Amino acid sequence: MKTELDYSPELFQIASREDRNAEKIRRPSIKYWPDVWRRLKMNKLAMTGLTLICIFAVMAFAGVHISGFKYFEQDYSMINLHPDSVHWFGTDELGRDLFTRVWFGVRYSLFIGVMAAFIDFSIGVLYGGIAGITSRRIDAVMMRIAEVVYSIPYMLVVILISVVFTQAGQGSSMFVLIFSLSLTDWVPMAILVRGQVLQLKESEYALASESLGADKSWILRKHIIPNSLGPILVNITLTIPRAIFAEATLGFLGLGLQAPKSSLGTLANDGLRGLPVGLTYQIFIPALFISLIMFAFNVLGDGFRDALDPRLRK
Amino acid sequence: MRKYLLKRFLLSLLTIWIIITTTFILMHSVPGNPFRTESKMPKVVYQNLLRKYGLDKPLGEQYIIYLGKIVRGDFGDSMKSRVETVNDMIKRGFPVSAFIGLQALIIAITFGPALGAIAALNQNKWPDYFSMVIAILGISVPSFIMGTAFIQFLAKNISWLPIGGWGTYSHSILPSVALAFMPLAQLARFMRSSMLEVLGQDYIKTATSKGITRAAVVLKHAVRNAILPVVSMLGTIATNLLVGSFVIEKIFGIPGLGMFFILSIGNRDYPLIMGTTIFYSIVLISMLLFVDIAYMLIDPRIKLVKEGR
Repeated sequence: MKTELDYSPELFQIASREDRNAEKIRRPSIKYWPDVWRRLKMNKLAMTGLTLICIFAVMAFAGVHISGFKYFEQDYSMINLHPDSVHWFGTDELGRDLFTRVWFGVRYSLFIGVMAAFIDFSIGVLYGGIAGITSRRIDAVMMRIAEVVYSIPYMLVVILISVVFTQAGQGSSMFVLIFSLSLTDWVPMAILVRGQVLQLKESEYALASESLGADKSWILRKHIIPNSLGPILVNITLTIPRAIFAEATLGFLGLGLQAPKSSLGTLANDGLRGLPVGLTYQIFIPALFISLIMFAFNVLGDGFRDALDPRLRK
Repeated sequence: MRKYLLKRFLLSLLTIWIIITTTFILMHSVPGNPFRTESKMPKVVYQNLLRKYGLDKPLGEQYIIYLGKIVRGDFGDSMKSRVETVNDMIKRGFPVSAFIGLQALIIAITFGPALGAIAALNQNKWPDYFSMVIAILGISVPSFIMGTAFIQFLAKNISWLPIGGWGTYSHSILPSVALAFMPLAQLARFMRSSMLEVLGQDYIKTATSKGITRAAVVLKHAVRNAILPVVSMLGTIATNLLVGSFVIEKIFGIPGLGMFFILSIGNRDYPLIMGTTIFYSIVLISMLLFVDIAYMLIDPRIKLVKEGR
């Protein structure tokens, strides 16, 4: 029985150059954010949302100047007019142009939403980052505090604070509103960031940075936060509609901005009075805009989440 | 397990105490007091009113007295109503609110997850699109608009159901449905994604390959696993229902606790504002605790993790 194989030099040959190309990267490598954007673009709903938001953002500044009327301008000869060629969205019970007032309301609603999200982001990243990066004991205490804060009912706090600060009969100021809206709402962001920190601080690049002498704050700012921007972005996009919704509800309950300023919620509240006498457009138009804004941010947030999810990567 | 429950319970008590204290401080930091507005009041009457509501005592003492009263379940007297105490109003308003809230909760829990599950089982077919349209409507259209639209189209134009008010059962239908819409949509969305994730799991393939029917796979394996994360949402849902109830009761003119709360804000009736806020907080926080416990009981994995520690 022959056990040894006969290896002759002829059996071996030099690998061709073509085979070396097997390892070559053929497609251009796609960086993280362009890849997210590429997948987001494929999501029609999310792109609709993004387009709507862009239109609203532009019109929030341009829209109040188009009709030529001011948001506080009253004209008693023109009260409760249905939409026509002069007043595109009609007028209210004081003869104010609703087209201007609605865009003014959109501006306020967007501003409040974005500011509330910004504050949530700042506090959340700071709090969550500190909780995640320092000792386990501090983390436990900070998370207990966050839990307690978060179980305080959000709207009740907002309403209470509005009540206290509207006492002087001047309507709630925008800053009181934004302050009360972000008072408890930073907690989800903090929890999210803390989770990311706990996960990413064990990563090789954090270790590498640490072994090169970087301190914790540096690692947090330069490595962990930039690498968690994806989920943070999703959270921000979903915080904005939450704040806008809360503000609209407050306005509807009569705790919003003081007239003649308007938010979409106070406009809907004013429009409610027109409903029994058949002035449906007075509530319908602000209602439509609130719904469109909510829709736009929610589908965009969902789109971001899907685009960032590596499991859905094609 | 028991230790965890005790910890959660103590944290809930702490939260309620924080809310009571915050509410007290906020309400007493308002400049002036409600009786200043009634202008031509003789000084003696004013002093007597302050004494009746204990407003002449030092703030610290007022706080201790208030805390003591709440522990005994007494929310004090309303400043505007001469006949009813805050407790009377809660007793009158809460059953109404709770009835509508529970009915809305039942509607949302019944149809929301079902809609989400059907959507996931027919991914990218018409049932999926249909339920997603409902879900997107539900999260985009605030309940005060939904309620107004219901009144306008279902009650006024077609007059199937009463426009507003309270009395017979048919008065509760429209408000409950309007209130249920948003939580229903949230549940449907959440259930859909949870169900899609579960349907991709290996144990579903195993179950299918055993040869059991599709219905059994769906009901016994998919839905039971997919519903678990949905249960954790119930706390949020309860909160949303509560806020929705303020708005819905205002639109439909229902004499519930939400209406009293909104009225008390308009009237600056501080004991009533404090009483209802604290009452609401207690209800909500007990519900969060209850949902947490229920979640632990339903999901055996959580229990194992807790005991393993």
